[in-house]
Amino acid sequence: MLSALVGPMLIFVTGVAVPLGFLLPRETMSYDRMLAFVDRGFGKLAMLLVISLFLFHGLHRMYHCLHDLGIHVGAGLKAVFHGLAIAGTVACIYLLTTVGR
Amino acid sequence: MSNVKTYVRPMGSWWLRNPFYRWYMVRESSCVVITAYAVVLLCGLLRLAQGRLAFDAWRESLASPWAIGFHLVALPLVAYHAWTWFKVMPKTLPFISIAGHRLADRTIIVSGVVAAIAASILVFLAVFMNVPRVSP
Repeated sequence: MLSALVGPMLIFVTGVAVPLGFLLPRETMSYDRMLAFVDRGFGKLAMLLVISLFLFHGLHRMYHCLHDLGIHVGAGLKAVFHGLAIAGTVACIYLLTTVGR
Repeated sequence: MSNVKTYVRPMGSWWLRNPFYRWYMVRESSCVVITAYAVVLLCGLLRLAQGRLAFDAWRESLASPWAIGFHLVALPLVAYHAWTWFKVMPKTLPFISIAGHRLADRTIIVSGVVAAIAASILVFLAVFMNVPRVSP
């Protein structure tokens, strides 16, 4: 649901607008500003929710797509896909706690 | 029940057969893009934790033609993902009745799309109102 609500705009802002300086200056995502953003609780939470939920949603759907492509799925593959999402989430949490130290 | 050779229909290219199936596959493929984008953000976070030099290098690569190209392709796909998400929401939600009448499918879809547009505007404004002042 989160990816449906904010996905397109986030991709536009972080992937098109800011890098090109289109509508938003390139400095919007400068090192100092991003550090200040993740320094705040809200920034950490936003980052964690976006990364983790996008990972889970994407990988979960990819897992179910395997069947549509004729690949036989089982508990093993399920563990791989959801395990990747969990790994990504854990990495995100770790990075959020150590960034800026 | 031993060694009965039941017919297992091959799953190769069933979805090429008609446009409805093909659009379904486009919808499902949007999840690859969403996963990729989350990985891009995770990389950015990693680079942020690695220091100024690493993060600035990451920002540079974000402006490369490949990166811009990826995001430009991702944009319509994720927008389509959002649209189809709300289009199917009447089926994924349990029946909701308000004042004795069941909430209509159209209401659910329209509310979802309106919410997405509102959320998008909010996100953009939140960034736009906080851009660094460039001294003239």
